[in-house]
Amino acid sequence: MTDIADSERDILAAIDAAKDERALDEVRVAALGKKGTIAELLKTLGALSPDERKIKGPIFNSLRDRVTTAIAARKKALEDAVLDARLHSERVDVTLPAPEIPRGTIHPVSHVKDEIIAILADLDFKVAEGPDIESDDYNFTRLNIPAEHPARQMHDTFYMKPQADGTRPLLRTHTSPVQVRTMLSQKPPIRVIAPGRTYRCDSDATHSPMFHQVEGLVIDEETHLGHLKWVLQEFCKAFFEVPQVTMRLRPSYFPFTEPSMEVDIQCDRSGGQIRFGEGKDWLEIAGSGMVHPRVLELCGIDPKRYQGYAFGFGIDRLAMLKYGIPDLRPFFDSDLRWLKHYGFAALDIPALHEGLSR
Amino acid sequence: MKFTLSWLKEHLDTGADAATIADKATNIGLEVEHVEDKAASLAAFTVARVISAVPHPNADKLRLCMVDTGRETAQVVCGAPNAREGLVGVFAPPGTYIPGSDFTLSIAKIRGVESRGMLCSERELLLSNEHDGIIELPPDTKIGSPAAAALGLTDPVIDVAITPNRGDCTSVYGIARDLAAARLGTLKSGAVTPVPGQFPSPIRISLEFPAGAETACPIFAGRLIRGVKNGPSPEWVQKRLKAIGLRPISALVDVTNLIAHDRGRPLHAFDAGKLKGHMRARLATPGETLLALDGKTYTLDSEMTVIADEATARGIAGVMGGEDTGCTEDTTQMFVESAYFDPIRTARTGRTLGIVSDARYRFERGVDPEFVIPGLELATQLILEFCGGEPSEIVVAGAVPQWKRAIPFSATEVKRLAGLDMPQTEIVAILTRLGFEISGQAALSVVPPSWRSDVHGPADLVEEVVRIHGLENVPAAPMSRPYAVARAVLTSAQRREGLARRALATCGFDECVHFSFIPRAHAALFGGGDEARQLENPISADLDAMRPSLLPSLLAAAARNQARGFSHAMLFEIGAQFESGVPEAQTDVAAGIRAGEPPRHWLKAASAPDIFTAKADCLAALEAAWGGPVTAPVQPGAAPWYHPGRSGTIALGPKVLAYFGELHPRIIAAFDLKGPVSGFEIFLDAIPEPKARPTKARAKLDASDLMAVERDFAFVVDAVITADQILKAARAADRQLIERVELFDIYEGKGVPEGKKSLAIAVTLQPKERTLTEAEIDAVAQKIVNAVTKATGGVLRS
Repeated sequence: MTDIADSERDILAAIDAAKDERALDEVRVAALGKKGTIAELLKTLGALSPDERKIKGPIFNSLRDRVTTAIAARKKALEDAVLDARLHSERVDVTLPAPEIPRGTIHPVSHVKDEIIAILADLDFKVAEGPDIESDDYNFTRLNIPAEHPARQMHDTFYMKPQADGTRPLLRTHTSPVQVRTMLSQKPPIRVIAPGRTYRCDSDATHSPMFHQVEGLVIDEETHLGHLKWVLQEFCKAFFEVPQVTMRLRPSYFPFTEPSMEVDIQCDRSGGQIRFGEGKDWLEIAGSGMVHPRVLELCGIDPKRYQGYAFGFGIDRLAMLKYGIPDLRPFFDSDLRWLKHYGFAALDIPALHEGLSR
Repeated sequence: MKFTLSWLKEHLDTGADAATIADKATNIGLEVEHVEDKAASLAAFTVARVISAVPHPNADKLRLCMVDTGRETAQVVCGAPNAREGLVGVFAPPGTYIPGSDFTLSIAKIRGVESRGMLCSERELLLSNEHDGIIELPPDTKIGSPAAAALGLTDPVIDVAITPNRGDCTSVYGIARDLAAARLGTLKSGAVTPVPGQFPSPIRISLEFPAGAETACPIFAGRLIRGVKNGPSPEWVQKRLKAIGLRPISALVDVTNLIAHDRGRPLHAFDAGKLKGHMRARLATPGETLLALDGKTYTLDSEMTVIADEATARGIAGVMGGEDTGCTEDTTQMFVESAYFDPIRTARTGRTLGIVSDARYRFERGVDPEFVIPGLELATQLILEFCGGEPSEIVVAGAVPQWKRAIPFSATEVKRLAGLDMPQTEIVAILTRLGFEISGQAALSVVPPSWRSDVHGPADLVEEVVRIHGLENVPAAPMSRPYAVARAVLTSAQRREGLARRALATCGFDECVHFSFIPRAHAALFGGGDEARQLENPISADLDAMRPSLLPSLLAAAARNQARGFSHAMLFEIGAQFESGVPEAQTDVAAGIRAGEPPRHWLKAASAPDIFTAKADCLAALEAAWGGPVTAPVQPGAAPWYHPGRSGTIALGPKVLAYFGELHPRIIAAFDLKGPVSGFEIFLDAIPEPKARPTKARAKLDASDLMAVERDFAFVVDAVITADQILKAARAADRQLIERVELFDIYEGKGVPEGKKSLAIAVTLQPKERTLTEAEIDAVAQKIVNAVTKATGGVLRS
């Protein structure tokens, strides 16, 4: 029996000593191969008496099992060591910069336009559009601004060169001609907003010859000033993402609305940042009013039956106020530093249920 | 429109202070832009006396003054030549902000001597431009008292922005009248006592207008005043005019300015000694010139009204008088003109000539036609009071134009338009306070007062009621929700635009917004720059052409960024390009560019601009906007601003969906861009409308459980054969089994004959019913080879 014990000790020692898989395999062949130590032992069983076989058989078999297990364990250990060595050799400097996935931006004007649409779509305002080049008729006359009206002079209109058909079109000075187009093409009830580019022949630190407005128009049989007030209030709360705003309507004058009013909201400008829903300063943010009966008439709507309101915001101005963008002119200059800084991520899609902005 | 508080209170009996008045005025539509209260802004400045003044030890021009401030004796270094012992002036202690010099005073050593405060000039207090010496107050002024009071500046100045419709509020009296209607006080009587004439006017007047132009001046009145002695107007008049920023000139002129601002009634004072014969109002003769009071000579046209004597035009009606016949110190007899001029004609004249004047401001907004004669009487009164003299009888040509109009009105209109429940009595009371005359019971008839030419219909009356009642009292009313859960509102075109925008930003492009007008030279490079797309009055010479493409703006932006040191830019814009100069000839485009070599990277730099990055960008946006894979074919070549051999067009029949490619080297050079530039233009309006489908359910997914088989083929073809030809032929070889064909390699060079190229494709076969046998696979492979050979003449590369 000592032979067996010695053999086992020798084999296990050889397994342990195997430096790689090849050496291990040699040990395996030497131990378990056809002519291996254990095979030789097993061969001796045939010559033994049944009683002896009963005793030695299990001993030899268990020896074989132990050796097999030891070889498998050693093999696993050797493989692990090889893998560890490979992994060690494959180590890199993880601080190296990865290839950049380019990240683009959405312009603040587009983002704010989407915010405005998200808010007002909840009240079923459709989005109406019209051309940038307009006729005098739609931009002025049908909005109750006849030629020589002092209000027309306030508009600093860009005109096109005379056209082949004798007309002299202009660049719309406000988005209000979209009101005209909407009223001429649709029957009340009407609920639309019209965001878009507008143009005035005016340029200084706070003016740009092109800017963006969004116009709202509601025409039906019962809409009145109280509804306008409510919409403006709810819009401002939603847009500025504050629970409360204090709003002031001031009587004013626009040829296309009567009564007309300007809309101020209260804000706090201390500390170089503007906050809404608090403070003592007033900030003018919109013009509004009940659509002038003359405008309804000129757009083919019976002012005795229908009435409604209109309001207008400056999109760029709203963007500046909400996001603290100090100047208007860089909006249109495409300085990459500005675009990356004030722009919005591609997936920042304004939605009421997610919050309009981060 | 500026006025002082005390001036207002001359017409309005009220105990309200400036702040209350300003709030109320703003509330009723007279927007107060600014209240300047010197008593508050100059609170730190006090009256002080110079006890002693000796020369500065180290400076010839400076003096060392000991000043009694009423609280202490302060040592002040002063450079004013009039700084002397006994002078009573205005003192600013250290820490005071000096508005005229825009700094805050501190204790300082001036030429080695400490100065603890300052004696101020008028300029330093922003009172005038006077800076030759320090202010001198009467010697008996109380030392230590507020300087503003001592200077008579305790009267706040209120500046109101008058909207173009409110001609009635271009006067202090008019503002008082509106505030009184809003119950801020009681309006004092503005009635004017006529001054009887003492002799017939030697100057007669007439209206000489051709038929149809009579409305230019329906009434013209005047009177001669002889024996006047012109000179400075009284102190109170000068002070009032100065307070609102007007320069006192002489009593005769100041009277007209005073009445213009006080009562909104422009007048003109002619030196009668310089007039030739009788006066008339007429249209100017074309080319007639006039040297106006502003010292400029104007050439008039036949649409303009003038006041003329028998020789020539003497004034541009409602706009400005003539220099030659203006009153001077030497004037002894004068003729006062008071007339009503047509607002539109006056506005046009002023605008054509580029003259802004107090008279034009009022006439173009509409003056009170009933105040033509009272205004003249008021002027007479004041002239007699200030300058003496003897007035003639008044001469009048024409008559006060008809202004009375009755507006049918129902009190229910207030509820209908404003949502405001107000009893009729209250509505009537407000309108009455505003001077409207009301008759009738339920069906009311409302006549606006003569000074309210802006009120024409029921909506105007509602506005009057609401603004006086207070907009803050209009209850907010929730709008109805047409649908319990909001529905989608965007049209498919609007949605496409948003999808293209998000897709491009996801690809790494930064969105820009550029002006719709660009330099004509740029427009010309992109098929524009024609006369019809030019602006008549551009803001500057290089923003004069409506853009025919979005690319020039993007290229210019990239060039600006390169000039700032950013060599690589990926920019896009979504907006209109203009096909002509008339409305509705614009196309909605999404365009983008990659300009310049991308930044270097140790591992993998971003793709450089070339035709294939442009194609990928273009397809990404187009697919996002379209809502699926682009099935429209790609054709070689695009618009002339692209590289002719490295650009493509995606079109559906004649409808161009997009151009993409490398920009033409001449274009890159024209914009002074460095490095390669690629770009694309997607014509969003050309994208087909999605088909309306009755259900949102998708087609059933048909994914086979059987293993797909992939086989590679390489074909040697003529160099002119396109990848598309091979791919199409291979795909068509067996439509049942072939699921996918992809090009994975192109090779030209060794082993491939000259003028040929090798294209390698991978074909995926997807069995549907049972696993394919080798024989079946070989059969399909042969079909593919045959199909490609047939279509392209290519041979299988061995």
